[in-house]
Amino acid sequence: MSAAAASPRATRRALWLLTYAPTVWALHFLASYVSAALYCAKWADATGVLGPVRLLIGLFTVLALLAIGVTAWRGYRQHRYGEDGAVPHDAATAADRHRFLGFATLLLCGLSAVATIYVAMAVIFIGSCR
Amino acid sequence: MTTPGQDDRARQRGQESRLLRAWATPTGWRYWTAVNNTEVGLWYTAAAFLFMLFAGVLALLMRVQLAVPDNDFVSANTYNQLFTLHGSVMMFLFAVPVFEAFSILILPQMLGSRDLPFPRLSAFGFWCFIIGGAFVCGSIFFDIAPQGGWFMYPPLTTQYQDGLGADVWLLGLSFIEVASIAAAVELIIGVLKCRPPGMRINLIPLYAWYILVVGAMILFAFPPLIAGDLLFELERAFDWPFFDPSRGGDPLLWQHLFWIFGHPEVYIVFLPAVALVAMMVPTFAGRPMVGYTWIVLAAVGTGFLSFGLWVHHMYATGMPGISLAFFSGASEAVAIPTGVQIFCFLATALAGRMSRSLPMLYVSGALAIFVLGGLTGVMVALVPFDWQAHDTYFVVAHLHYVLIGGMGFPVAAGFYYFYPMATGKMLSERLGRIAFWLLFIGFNVAFLPMHLTGLRGMPRRVFSYAEGMGFDTLNLVSTVGAFVMAAGVTVFVWDVVRPKRRQPYAPRNPWNAGTLEWLAEMPAKPWGIRSIPIIRSRYPLWDQPDLVKDVDEGRFYLPDAEEGRREFLVTSTIDAVPIQCQRVPGPTTVTIFAAAFLGGVFIFATFGWYLATVVSGVLALAAILTWLWTGTGEIPEKPDKDVGLGLRLPLYAAGPNSVGWWAMFITMIGDMTAFASLVFGYFFYWTVRDDFPPGPDAGPGQFWPAWAAALVLAAWLLTVAARECNRRSMAGGYYAALGAAALLTVAGAAALIAGPRLTGLDPTSHVYPATVWVLVVWGVAHLAVGLVMQLYCVARRWAGRLTPVYDGDIRNTTLYWHFTAVTGAVTCAVIALFPLAGAP
Repeated sequence: MSAAAASPRATRRALWLLTYAPTVWALHFLASYVSAALYCAKWADATGVLGPVRLLIGLFTVLALLAIGVTAWRGYRQHRYGEDGAVPHDAATAADRHRFLGFATLLLCGLSAVATIYVAMAVIFIGSCR
Repeated sequence: MTTPGQDDRARQRGQESRLLRAWATPTGWRYWTAVNNTEVGLWYTAAAFLFMLFAGVLALLMRVQLAVPDNDFVSANTYNQLFTLHGSVMMFLFAVPVFEAFSILILPQMLGSRDLPFPRLSAFGFWCFIIGGAFVCGSIFFDIAPQGGWFMYPPLTTQYQDGLGADVWLLGLSFIEVASIAAAVELIIGVLKCRPPGMRINLIPLYAWYILVVGAMILFAFPPLIAGDLLFELERAFDWPFFDPSRGGDPLLWQHLFWIFGHPEVYIVFLPAVALVAMMVPTFAGRPMVGYTWIVLAAVGTGFLSFGLWVHHMYATGMPGISLAFFSGASEAVAIPTGVQIFCFLATALAGRMSRSLPMLYVSGALAIFVLGGLTGVMVALVPFDWQAHDTYFVVAHLHYVLIGGMGFPVAAGFYYFYPMATGKMLSERLGRIAFWLLFIGFNVAFLPMHLTGLRGMPRRVFSYAEGMGFDTLNLVSTVGAFVMAAGVTVFVWDVVRPKRRQPYAPRNPWNAGTLEWLAEMPAKPWGIRSIPIIRSRYPLWDQPDLVKDVDEGRFYLPDAEEGRREFLVTSTIDAVPIQCQRVPGPTTVTIFAAAFLGGVFIFATFGWYLATVVSGVLALAAILTWLWTGTGEIPEKPDKDVGLGLRLPLYAAGPNSVGWWAMFITMIGDMTAFASLVFGYFFYWTVRDDFPPGPDAGPGQFWPAWAAALVLAAWLLTVAARECNRRSMAGGYYAALGAAALLTVAGAAALIAGPRLTGLDPTSHVYPATVWVLVVWGVAHLAVGLVMQLYCVARRWAGRLTPVYDGDIRNTTLYWHFTAVTGAVTCAVIALFPLAGAP
């Protein structure tokens, strides 16, 4: 499909797409923090071993990275829209607006993935509530 | 551009005189009734700077006290007030407001708009700000200023400090936070809906991206603090024990709520300052910004990540190590987007031909200082190091490097850069350089030694220290530096206020910038922009030939004010397609009265004069209703008008097409955040206590909350039904539905109160009843506002100001009620059902 054939429609969803990956990061962060905090406050025994929570957070991390990956793929496709997909996407056309939002989404996916991994690394190195 | 007849000079002059009349600034005492962004933005900026100078003087007094060991220049009591006010004023009355003030001033220009969508709201925000600010600052002259530090930790401030200080802080600053949120709502809508035609989302100035992100951050960051303030003030005024451990409370909840606000706030301060830099660097490099999308990444990414950092202020509170580790990880991650934007600036500077200039001198000073602050930030983000440095002067050094490098110097740069736009005159190059070197050297002499003072163990906020502990010389050096810095500020202030009557006006676009705000004439005309252009580039002044000439000759949109009204274009969110010609009201005193009476509510409550509080509240409500009745939702004399270039646009919009609907929506997002913070409080107590909730028999039971939920939901559905009846021109159905909805609202509020009341929950006895009650009070307050809105809509239709076509009021009311229904339902579910599920 050439860029001239159909100009991508302007939907508000396109703007929201930017926020998907960071929102996934936020949910992952919150889920990890809340499950660890609740476990330590309510259910941990005297030794304070995190045990199942580490696996749970590992699961959250896999899910979060999958969701970020899917979003990144959408962003990448949008970024490569049409025949002329080169940055800086600064033409006054619907196609470049579409590509810009895709590229920004892709970049935010990268940052969100790194930030998610940073947070998840905590349970690799720390195994107790102490 | 060819517009028929637009070549006629006489016709152009006629248009100009009509535009001038419509946008004229009032004169004499009525000058203060102005609501135009150019006046309000200027006052707002000036007021924020005055507060900054005031807080700076407080800092100098502290430095005098600390210059030598065992000094008795001020008492410990006074010193506590000095550092508390210094921090609070710098953060709440300077750092955040100055960005809103600047944005009110320059954002419309940058977007080729004549004003922001709600000029009276800006004016109202300004008056709230000045009243609240004067109240908080003035308290120190009566020796009743707050003494608990800018984060006001209980139990220090609830059990160990008598007097009104904490109340002044809580109520005075809550009042200002309301104004901050109002400005955020306005700026978000300004960016999304008030752009010039053709300025698609990939073409908007980077400043606008930052403002959009920061506006959204304010919506999620300030409400938790307002919720915290509410809990805090209920404890202080009525002895509800939210933070009192002897009755089940927990002071850590305050720390959580404060820092959920407080850490994003650092970025709320920092991002707009970077935004200024992002406008200046391309201008002086003479080329577009390298990595526009990367900057957007940095702005949006920082906006999100900054909410995952708050606990790094609480590393020393004894939370589980694993929790600290999560926040440490996020704290390190946020350095990535921060670094990305700095590399973009450097790349732009290297790729272009950098010209030497005063603003860039300040920007380079900012980068040097901020990078140092960022490095110590990475250090204190690590838990083990933080435990060593916690509450010492190392932290004081770090935060000043970050704030003055990240915000102080960029704002000074922005001042030099935008001063001609605001006043038509340039600031002095020579004085500017002198001021810079005094500031830069003074700053480093004052704050670099503090790293060492802190590592040697000097705690922050002590009013004195003994001789020979290794602090003496370092403190003296810091004091000298502080005064050198103050000399720099003095030179700067003199440059700003010195008479410039004989100085010629600056040339138009003095820096040869590419963005739209530099279309402004010198001196600027009150209409903002002569005609609203079509934009095809990120740097239209560089890339669109003849743009200035065509704008000036009125060859674009809205070149005239035929009806003598203030008008600008509302455009679509993504592609900036014109969708409405928005009319805005002009000068008024009603915003001043509304702010004064609302200020009265907070100020009288501080002193516990509750009768005066109630009277002031009623007057504030009356003023706000007068404002809404006379200044909003006006039915135009014709459905649409020709806005130029052969385009006809409607003069009225309702629902999601209107700016008013968006304002309600965005405000309610902030409101829901505050509500979520209160619900978080409920579950926080459940996490940390085994006797919360105490058991199914403790109240409020299930019967009354169930009734309350049913009644509130019925009131909501009837409000929606009223909207539909109105749309179908069924007047009888409209009045009946709204009348019944109003009755059910009252009944719902009564049922909500009945739950805890009839089961004998005493909010002063324990944190559980207090928490239930605060949720109930919150719900009832929302129902009361909802009731006023329902009755307002009845009156509006009765008076013929709301019709089946012009139905903005009832649609906004319905939108409010969607959120209120959620608030009511969640409140009832939590207080009625959780005691069954969560009981031990």
